[in-house]
Amino acid sequence: MTKPAISVSKLGKSYRLGMEGKQVNTFQDLLVGMAKAPFNRLKRLGEHHVEADDAFWALKDVSFEVRPGEVVGIIGRNGAGKSTLLKILSRITEPTLGEALLHGRVSSLLEVGTGFHQELTGRENIFLNGSILGMSRAEIKSKFDEIVAFSEIEEFMDTPVKRYSSGMYVRLAFAVAAHLEPEILIVDEVLAVGDLEFQKKCIGKMGEVATEGRTVLIVSHNMSAIQSLCPRSILLRQGKIVDDGKTDTVIKEYLKFLEKGAANPFENNPERKCSGEVKLTGVQMLDEAYQPLAHPISGKPLILCFDYENTVKASRMDVVMTIFNHLGVAVANLNTRVVGVALPLKERGRFSCKIPRLPLPFGDYRIAIALQLNGTNVDLMPNVLAFGVTVSKFYKTGLSPDIQYSSALMDHEWFF
Amino acid sequence: MDDKSILIRPQKGWINIDWMELYHYRELLFFLAWRDILVRYKQTVLGVAWAVLQPVFMMVVFTVIFGRLAKIDSEGFPYAVFVYAGLLPWTFFSTAVSQSGLSLVSQQHLLTKIYFPRLFVPTASVGAGLVDLSISFAVYGVVLASYGVAPSAGMVWLPLLVLLTILAALGFGYTLAALTVSYRDFRFVVPFMMQAMMYISPVVYPVKLVPPKYRWLLALNPMAGIIDGYRSAILGKPWNLTTLAISTVVAIVLFVFGLFYFRKTERRFADIA
Repeated sequence: MTKPAISVSKLGKSYRLGMEGKQVNTFQDLLVGMAKAPFNRLKRLGEHHVEADDAFWALKDVSFEVRPGEVVGIIGRNGAGKSTLLKILSRITEPTLGEALLHGRVSSLLEVGTGFHQELTGRENIFLNGSILGMSRAEIKSKFDEIVAFSEIEEFMDTPVKRYSSGMYVRLAFAVAAHLEPEILIVDEVLAVGDLEFQKKCIGKMGEVATEGRTVLIVSHNMSAIQSLCPRSILLRQGKIVDDGKTDTVIKEYLKFLEKGAANPFENNPERKCSGEVKLTGVQMLDEAYQPLAHPISGKPLILCFDYENTVKASRMDVVMTIFNHLGVAVANLNTRVVGVALPLKERGRFSCKIPRLPLPFGDYRIAIALQLNGTNVDLMPNVLAFGVTVSKFYKTGLSPDIQYSSALMDHEWFF
Repeated sequence: MDDKSILIRPQKGWINIDWMELYHYRELLFFLAWRDILVRYKQTVLGVAWAVLQPVFMMVVFTVIFGRLAKIDSEGFPYAVFVYAGLLPWTFFSTAVSQSGLSLVSQQHLLTKIYFPRLFVPTASVGAGLVDLSISFAVYGVVLASYGVAPSAGMVWLPLLVLLTILAALGFGYTLAALTVSYRDFRFVVPFMMQAMMYISPVVYPVKLVPPKYRWLLALNPMAGIIDGYRSAILGKPWNLTTLAISTVVAIVLFVFGLFYFRKTERRFADIA
């Protein structure tokens, strides 16, 4: 048996929350509290006590092993502990409990362009960034031309990075990172940047890295990237591993949980970001006769009906909805601004959105919604609704194309 | 366990310095210092000329105020020559300490995104100051020549004194950098501290102005002995060996303390930065 490249055992990390629930009863208490505050802060900033009652466990009792050459995806909702795990394995932060053993040269990319300096030129930043990522000067020199070619921005090498567009910046940064030659690569969400064409190139390059027999650990929200790159995935939930195995099964488990979250997304929804000015209070799917519907039918009308409360007497708002499929791919975006309407608001009420002919192939879907006042999100729910499509009347045969080749249905005709 | 294995586990108490790792990453130290130097005078009209102008301005101002108006004793040398010898180590020291004290907070994006020996951040800030120091030395050569003062044979000790200045700056820099990450109060303390320290360092006045029985107190400030040493080495005035010895010991103790205090607090940087 070969030695594992990464072996993690009983890893845990706790953070202290800022506030202790101490009540201030009298003015005197308040004064005493204020006078003591600096001393308490001194004490609190000092040693970190694991037993502290305001400790929050971002990661608890996490154990797994990764064999050399394995490519493993780490998935989970926001706050599930994915980033904390990567930060510990990258040695940026220390675990509170447990240990991890890594065999081989490690590179971690938690961000593209770490250490880039705005005032320096592209050329200077290649050297600086390369060195921060752990390359030697000789190594950077020998790969310099390759890096420049990969970035496709040769003509801007002597321009300060601060004059770059964000696309150019990302290209250069990724070009440096793509030329690292680690035995273990730890990547966080960096695929989420850059234009589509370049993203493909990066995923291609990462796939290459994966096939070269390196051990790779990837965190991403992009399920299709995870699915195409990682045969195995680990699902984290509230700091613990809940599933570890073949990516397809783990992603299913993850989505099942997302749907469960959607069963009552209006209460205790950790994914929700709501400022409270205008907020959603309910949602329903209806058919053309305004009858409630559990399973929308492809090719038939679908009406999404939302209840809201308006506490600030706002008169108009915009609504943006995105439909995601089970791979996390955005299939469609339904946007009041794009179609040119603004919803008038009452103190409380409901609005609905009608899709006259639902163009979705068989599969599981999730809807994210954002309410916006003057372009600012006031209520954002990435999981307001989840449903499966199992019946299709879109084409007269009742058939639906394989989801692998189609994320939406399109009317079309054939001629002979 | 082979040499490429990394064990990650919680550490407690004082942590040793991993010299092997520092050696392995040595090129990064160079790159960080190189970046600080490149960035310092970018987009300024006068560029590196500032490294020349700053000490010259200071020399002129001090010569007018303390030399001409206050008529402070300059141990038999032209006041400008006397004060510049003190400004050489002092300017390096105060810039290096201010820069390295703030180096971690101003680069916290690095601390939370990638691993490398954290010690290099303040060290690079101090290292970057060496370029300005060498320019100041060159300017001093011109000043000496224009006043017709020949440097003394004590110059051979200068490299050791420069090394001692670096150690003192690193000792303060490490400690303050680590403290500033936890307690942002030190952002305000450092500039004030440097100003106060200048007055308890013999920059504009000679050590002999202080009564002999209090000189040991003065020497507890490592820069006191060092500045006095620069004057003895360059200008050939008699050495105050006790002062220098006390300052040397204090500088070394501070350096070692700073190094270990930094290591001890380092593992929490990413969590509180």
